[in-house]
Amino acid sequence: MPHPDAIVIGGGIVGAACARELARGGLQVTLIEADFIGGAATAAGMGHIVVMDDSPAQFALTALSRSLLDAVAAELPATVERDACGTLWVAEDADQLELAREKQTAYVAAGTEASVVDGDELRRLEPELRPGLAGGMLVPGDGVVYPPALARWLADAARAAGASVLEHRPVERLDGRVVVTGGERLEAAIVVNAAGAAGPVLTPGLPIVPRRGHLAITDRYPGFCRHQVLELGYLQSAHTLSGESVAFNVQPRVTGQVLIGSSRELVGWERATNRALLTRMLDRAAAFMPRLGTLSVLRSWIGFRPATPDKLPLIGRWPATDGLWIAAGHEGLGITTALGTARLLGDLVLGRAPSLDPAPFDPARAMEPVGAADG
Amino acid sequence: MADTIEIVVNGVPLRVAPDESLAAALFNAGVRSTRRSAGAEARGPLCGMGTCFECRVTVDGIAQRRACLEPVRDGMTVDTNG
Amino acid sequence: MVEASGAALHADVAVVGAGPAGIAAAVHAAERGARVVLLDSAPRPGGQIWRHRSPGELPPEAAAWLDRLRRSDVTWLPGSTVVDALADRTLTAERDGRPLTVHWNALVIATGATERFIPFPGWTLPNVFGVGGLQALLKAGVDVRGKRVVIGGSGPLLLPVAAALARAGARIVIVAEQAPAHRVYRFAAGLWRDPGRLLQAGRYRAGFMRAAYRCGIWVARVDSAGSALWVTLTDGRRVWTEPSDLVAVGYGLVPSVALPRLIGCNVIDGRVLVDQSQRTSVPGIYCAGEPTGIAGADAALAEGRVAGLAAAGAEPDGRGPRGAARRFERRLDRAFRLRQELHDLPDPDTIVCRCEDVRLAQIDAGWSARQTKLYTRAGMGPCQGRVCQPALEYLRGMAPDAVRTPVFPASVATLAACGRIPQGDS
Repeated sequence: MPHPDAIVIGGGIVGAACARELARGGLQVTLIEADFIGGAATAAGMGHIVVMDDSPAQFALTALSRSLLDAVAAELPATVERDACGTLWVAEDADQLELAREKQTAYVAAGTEASVVDGDELRRLEPELRPGLAGGMLVPGDGVVYPPALARWLADAARAAGASVLEHRPVERLDGRVVVTGGERLEAAIVVNAAGAAGPVLTPGLPIVPRRGHLAITDRYPGFCRHQVLELGYLQSAHTLSGESVAFNVQPRVTGQVLIGSSRELVGWERATNRALLTRMLDRAAAFMPRLGTLSVLRSWIGFRPATPDKLPLIGRWPATDGLWIAAGHEGLGITTALGTARLLGDLVLGRAPSLDPAPFDPARAMEPVGAADG
Repeated sequence: MADTIEIVVNGVPLRVAPDESLAAALFNAGVRSTRRSAGAEARGPLCGMGTCFECRVTVDGIAQRRACLEPVRDGMTVDTNG
Repeated sequence: MVEASGAALHADVAVVGAGPAGIAAAVHAAERGARVVLLDSAPRPGGQIWRHRSPGELPPEAAAWLDRLRRSDVTWLPGSTVVDALADRTLTAERDGRPLTVHWNALVIATGATERFIPFPGWTLPNVFGVGGLQALLKAGVDVRGKRVVIGGSGPLLLPVAAALARAGARIVIVAEQAPAHRVYRFAAGLWRDPGRLLQAGRYRAGFMRAAYRCGIWVARVDSAGSALWVTLTDGRRVWTEPSDLVAVGYGLVPSVALPRLIGCNVIDGRVLVDQSQRTSVPGIYCAGEPTGIAGADAALAEGRVAGLAAAGAEPDGRGPRGAARRFERRLDRAFRLRQELHDLPDPDTIVCRCEDVRLAQIDAGWSARQTKLYTRAGMGPCQGRVCQPALEYLRGMAPDAVRTPVFPASVATLAACGRIPQGDS
């Protein structure tokens, strides 16, 4: 059996994007997925496309990714449900509004349109927000997508560029660059571990742990919310590496349903709902949008974000194994940064000039001794 | 005890029997469609027992009320949203 | 019977579902001195088979049970939909849009069954109902005088529903049972073991003399014709059309097991596993009636009694009713097994998921329930798969997806209340 040039392990949105990028770059690619494309963390997430500035590296990756998605927007089928609704960051008080102003300055300086709004304008933009909020920041170029459909589109694009996509093929282990799956041994000069939170199973030492989140979705209430709405405290929640936290985050779907998040906890691969944490999440959401309490919830679910110690994904060579590359560890930004990740990985694999500074994402940093406690 | 009570359906007053379900009242008044589906098709009750959710209507301003489980009440306002 | 309001109740025994099984469980537990809370989504007790507006409409046995319930100390919570429950002895219901918590020591799940719908062209038209569905609507006050009705599908429910419609003034065009005559008659003959049932069957047949109860026939499609309907019937060879005003089609019953699955009970083949005392695999939780297997009202009453007694700490006497119920269920299954042709009932463009308008052709063969949901939205609507999942299981062999709270749509406020219950309360 002829070897492909590259094997991408993991058919989530990141793996699918990488397969597409490498195939379009001229490589013969095989994408292997344990279940079905886009069915794991990709399917569980909120599908937000959001430029986020927790660090310059994160800003660069999210901004690049967003523009890459914009570039293909016209090709996306309706199932992807791309909605350029923008993000509205909410400031509860004067301190947070000051933070919003600083962020807005930084966004604009880096070329991403953003504006500061006061409390009145905030409620004009989102009438369901409670009175008394100080204001916020609007980022009009952000939006939402339906992630499983986007992952499928990316996998289909990979196929169209000559890749073969193998579904329902769990990978038992990686022996160097040999992928062992279902009694078969597949080998390629380039193997990409894009298996997300399951990545460490194949590549021991990969510093990724599952960081669980709850979500809930309502019945159809068109117009209830018009933008993706996030509290500025979201960054605080995403920032802490341990313990439980919640942050207000709602999103309109094209169906008119409201998607409510978000929560974070480290509980390994526990599947049972943490009702107390779900309650905290819903309470926080209702605190910002009081009438949310009356909306009918059709279902809730959990998902596992692939989390790294420094909140940045690992994109690049894995130093311990020749030919092994990593594209994993995106925490809550996998949907946003799939295209930018694939672009950067493609740059590095194919020897193109990197589209952004690869150093912050270098997997080699995982080999370094653990630094000071996270700030 | 009155023979009939009055409810308002899509702005139109209707006299209905006091002990029937809202779904029955709508049917008897010739309102066979309780909602429009995601694809804009007219739909009416299917299961009669509160599990199919086809009979959802807005009652007194509150959406997603299952008409087959809802007893009629004097003065109740109902919107079938198509 | 005590009607109650209030945000949190404490009970020795909580009973979910006020059909025959739940009523029997609640009454027997209360008569043994337990504090009992009985919940149901509907405004009155009775479930599906004993649905009524006034007790005078009910057969004497049912009326007696409802009277016994009324005279008991059971706390009755109508209009209360259970949305969550935990094995550590709490449940949360929604009533009038507000959360209601019940702390219990023992839980009896008597959530009954739903109809199995197999999609066919035209099944989503207004005036096309389930068989139990039209019966429920009839009992809730729908006026069918002078209306032509076609009844189709499968199972012992078809006859009593046709009889009830005929008594209410409807014109029964046909009662089309898909099972072949020899199997149906063997089942009916088997009822000689239970003279009561045979008598009932005879009464049904006599109840609509002009109507035809025909076997080996099913509804192939329904088309709209102005304010009426054209119903196409077939026996697999001949095809013909009848005009009608109403159509009722249902293919048997499916146990309602979302709540037991949520709370962790063993559910095999869509049925809750119970022992001779109706105990599930979770301590303190019992299950009675249809969720343990479709076996009708008599089995439900017997099982409810056993569950109620056991839940109240009184050991039930003699052999449990499970054996007889299972035997009846097997006879039902054999007689009314669905014929192969029904797999071809839906066209590729027939809607399978009514909540989200997903057509059969959109669902690839071999997809799991989860993949179907994520790729097409089928099962993502408010019915939470109660209508489409049994259909897809029949048509595609699709096993159900995992269950998570809430097991019925619930407001954000109610769902939030589920995580606010202090643990360890008695």
